[in-house]
Amino acid sequence: MSTTAAPNDHEPRFVPALDPDTPLSPSAPDGEADTTAGSHLPPREERRRIDPSRRVANPPLRAVPHLSQEDLDAFGREMEAIRDKHVRDLGQQDADYIRGIIRAQRRLEIGGRAALELSFLPPLWLAGVAALSASKILDNMEIGHNVMHGQYDWMQDEELNGRTFEWDTACPADQWRHSHNYMHHTHTNIVGKDRDVGYGILRMSEDQEWEPYFLGNPVYATLLALLFEYGVALHDLETEDLRDGSWDLKARIPMLQAIWGKVRRQAAKDYLLFPALAGPFFPLVLAGNASANLVRNLWTFSIIFCGHFPDGVEEFTVEETANETRGGWYVRQLLGSSNLDGGRLFHVMSGNLSFQIEHHLFPDIPAWRYAQMSEDVREACERYGLQYNSGPLPTQLWSVARKIARLAVPTEEEADAYLASDRASAIGRFVVSALRAAGRGAGQLAAAVR
Amino acid sequence: MTSTAAPDRPATQPRAPRRRALAERLLDTPLADALAGPHTVDHYLEILRPDWAVKRVRGEILDVRHQNEDSVTLTLRPTVTWPGFQAGQHVELSVDVDGVRHRRCYSPSGSADHRTRTVELTIRVHPQGVVSRHLKAHARRGMFVGLSLPRGEEFVLPTPRPRRVVLISGGSGITPVLSMLRTLTDEGHRGEIVFLHYVRGPRELLHADDLAAIEAAHDNVTVLRVATREAGELPTGWLSGRFGPEHLRRALPEDADAAAFVCGPGALVESVREAFREGGLTTPLRYEHFAPPELPEMDPDQLGTVTFAASDQQVEGDGRPLLEQAEAAGLRPEHGCRMGICMSCKCRLQHGQVRDTLTGEIHGTPGAEIRICVAAAVGDVTVEL
Repeated sequence: MSTTAAPNDHEPRFVPALDPDTPLSPSAPDGEADTTAGSHLPPREERRRIDPSRRVANPPLRAVPHLSQEDLDAFGREMEAIRDKHVRDLGQQDADYIRGIIRAQRRLEIGGRAALELSFLPPLWLAGVAALSASKILDNMEIGHNVMHGQYDWMQDEELNGRTFEWDTACPADQWRHSHNYMHHTHTNIVGKDRDVGYGILRMSEDQEWEPYFLGNPVYATLLALLFEYGVALHDLETEDLRDGSWDLKARIPMLQAIWGKVRRQAAKDYLLFPALAGPFFPLVLAGNASANLVRNLWTFSIIFCGHFPDGVEEFTVEETANETRGGWYVRQLLGSSNLDGGRLFHVMSGNLSFQIEHHLFPDIPAWRYAQMSEDVREACERYGLQYNSGPLPTQLWSVARKIARLAVPTEEEADAYLASDRASAIGRFVVSALRAAGRGAGQLAAAVR
Repeated sequence: MTSTAAPDRPATQPRAPRRRALAERLLDTPLADALAGPHTVDHYLEILRPDWAVKRVRGEILDVRHQNEDSVTLTLRPTVTWPGFQAGQHVELSVDVDGVRHRRCYSPSGSADHRTRTVELTIRVHPQGVVSRHLKAHARRGMFVGLSLPRGEEFVLPTPRPRRVVLISGGSGITPVLSMLRTLTDEGHRGEIVFLHYVRGPRELLHADDLAAIEAAHDNVTVLRVATREAGELPTGWLSGRFGPEHLRRALPEDADAAAFVCGPGALVESVREAFREGGLTTPLRYEHFAPPELPEMDPDQLGTVTFAASDQQVEGDGRPLLEQAEAAGLRPEHGCRMGICMSCKCRLQHGQVRDTLTGEIHGTPGAEIRICVAAAVGDVTVEL
């Protein structure tokens, strides 16, 4: 990758992030931070460059066997220098950007809803659905998701405060802040900890043990895509525990009440009040609002599933991240995410989650800056021999779809492991032998045809 | 926007709210809330009709006056959500500067009479003031600023009005007492009013024309202007020097049936209070300080006392993040990642400053929200925990 920028004569001042007494990791306090590295990044040409073919003893992350703990921390410091540069630059342009997006979203919503009220004219129905879909996508992604990460908290505007913002979707913002900002962003792609790996209902990693339930993987994925806003709403309930009976309903009643309250208000607005305003054209408005919600669901599902599940993205184990440092956290965020290529409008409509890597490295920096930040991140990745995942949306979606289908069916070893485990039920055993018989039959058929 | 209040209405009655148009009233209904949800009706009005509001209070700048080099006077037309104010109260004005919303308190200087539909704010420009310098340079007709509801219950004209009123002010402390003066004259107050005002010199006198006009139009109003630092010749009628008993005797020859108000720098307020004490005066004195807050330079390693306000606990600061200190003190603050990314632990800083353990930056203003997992106390700190 080539950097066209001239060597930076004005290096960002680097403040050591790693106070020796500060725990470096979300999961475990680290012993000693490397404080010998000094407080400035060396000039570009003198920066650490690592041969990706080398091997270090006891690599802390099995995905990058050429990086030692020291390398991970040095990479982390470089990421913090990038962050620091942008934190110092926050100001009017960020405020103008987000307020501009909010104005556009409000206009699209007002226009879209007005057009749908007049949707007895077919072109207005289509225009209304398009505008309302775009409005909901902007509200949920570039505004809601990003504001709730606290990206604009520094503006001190109570309407853009990450802790109080509420968005136009079924999921109550408070539950999202827990399941997403904390659980997912802290434990990204650690199988068993990050509940975004499969959303508790899908098998998205080989590291999740196969069981017959996962034969339905493609069906669940399709349903999740269609009803994504409800999937997200139920996400923090940890309903996957229903499968082994450890789910505690009583403890979750307040959450269920909050979800029901939000779902009811959302449904009343889109499926009762706005349609009722149109009088005899109630069904048209209802259908238009449902279509806009559906478009938004499919789009957000696609962008989000392409952020962590395409081929090339790494998953991690609880063990290898148990003593993770902040540097290790940065490398895990990088390897566990994948970007989407596209134009400016595409990035805006995906809430800049098309820069999933930068979003995971810098979740509290205004997302429109990710495009600029990605140049520095790519440059550092190249020097450290780190994979920077990226691809166009159709390719990545296809890759995710293949993975969903592939992981539904067990390999021979996975089937054996299941049969040998104490999770295997009578029905499960029958399903596995039926699968094997079908597999043999298909093989014989193929041979016969040949 | 027509006034429906009768002009002879008794002055002590609350201000009649502006009548809302039908559309505005429809927007302030549960149905409108449900249609706008999860956002607010005001969110959408901001685009369609910025001068309308159903919940929040904003003001449109109708006029900008530059009385001198270091002040700016704004005339605002508030939204219908503004309930009116009492002379002497203050209001928090919010304005965005370089993307960041800043809030500052100012006392309206205009009349609080119910027939006045505008709010006048005179803002003294501080050399380092973010908001005052911004408004001086950028306030334009047609701009909108955020307003709080009026605040302050102590420093206001009592009801019923006292017969004689003495108003003492220094510098930019003129604003609330000028509001009292204008309110009284607008109400047709017949009792004697003495307005005693201290400025460095005649050129620093704000609202000079307004004061002269009021003085000329009302026999019962005496305006005493005092220069505290002027060496040269003073215009006729001006006094010189600092506040003392002789000024007080001129302003309040009789200690009966009167009320006094003083607003200004701490030294003026203190000397007025002392003169009242020493003279054994029975006239009630209400006072308000006008002192900009000063933030002392902080040594990043300075330790002090950490106060967890909601749980009423105090611990010695030890340089660790506040979250850890709170946990060590037995509290269980809400938190998530413990590394400054998830914002679960954000809580309000009531007093003091903190060091960002990630960047080393020292920050903190009262009321700011901080991430306690990456914020260590610098000096004395109070957080809402």
